[in-house]
Amino acid sequence: MNVTHLDILYFAWIREAIGMDGERITHPSAETTVGEVVAMLASRSAGHSAALGDLGRVRAALDQRFVPMDTPIAQTRELALFPPVTGG
Amino acid sequence: MISIRIGEAEFSVADELARLEALGGGAVASFTGIVRGDGALASLRLDHYPAMTEQQVARLVDRAMARWSLLGVSIIHRVGEMRPGDRIVFVGTASAHRQPALDACDFLIDWLKSAAPFWKKESFADGTARWVEPREQDAASLERWKD
Repeated sequence: MNVTHLDILYFAWIREAIGMDGERITHPSAETTVGEVVAMLASRSAGHSAALGDLGRVRAALDQRFVPMDTPIAQTRELALFPPVTGG
Repeated sequence: MISIRIGEAEFSVADELARLEALGGGAVASFTGIVRGDGALASLRLDHYPAMTEQQVARLVDRAMARWSLLGVSIIHRVGEMRPGDRIVFVGTASAHRQPALDACDFLIDWLKSAAPFWKKESFADGTARWVEPREQDAASLERWKD
């Protein structure tokens, strides 16, 4: 059965710029890449555009695994978008 | 022994070392990260991605266990609000002889900095705040661990 929704999660300054923790979107087709989803999201509002407009500053995880921007989303359920990590 | 704890609670380095020392090896190595007090920092907040953090740290520990002969690994990473002088992170390793413990500890803190979903935000005495940017040196440190 196909997944119908994709949950998007935002962290750190990306969350602050967009003004929400996340949102649910209709699941794009399986071959859509993470970068294409980010570009789609960037057009949603001025905040989205400020947070996601520069792909070089955004990192991603699909179903809790780090992935490069050219990864197809396939049947994953959760896409997290965040700045480069700064733990430790 | 593998122990991974992500949470807001403070921790005792002595307790962690005692657990590692009780594993029967001849060597225990550790790293403790502390909130720096420079630049009029008032507080530090650590955000993370709860659904991913623990499994990602567990993956890093698995890689260390596969690469070195270790008797135990203990990792604690705090999240939430912290003040200068507070402990943020602890990595402890135990092995039969010193080199695996030292190398695995070094490896784990390098990877924790660059491959676990934590983000630091600094707040200053004058009311300003900023998200910490990764240091180029952190990426360079990872190069040391390429096979």
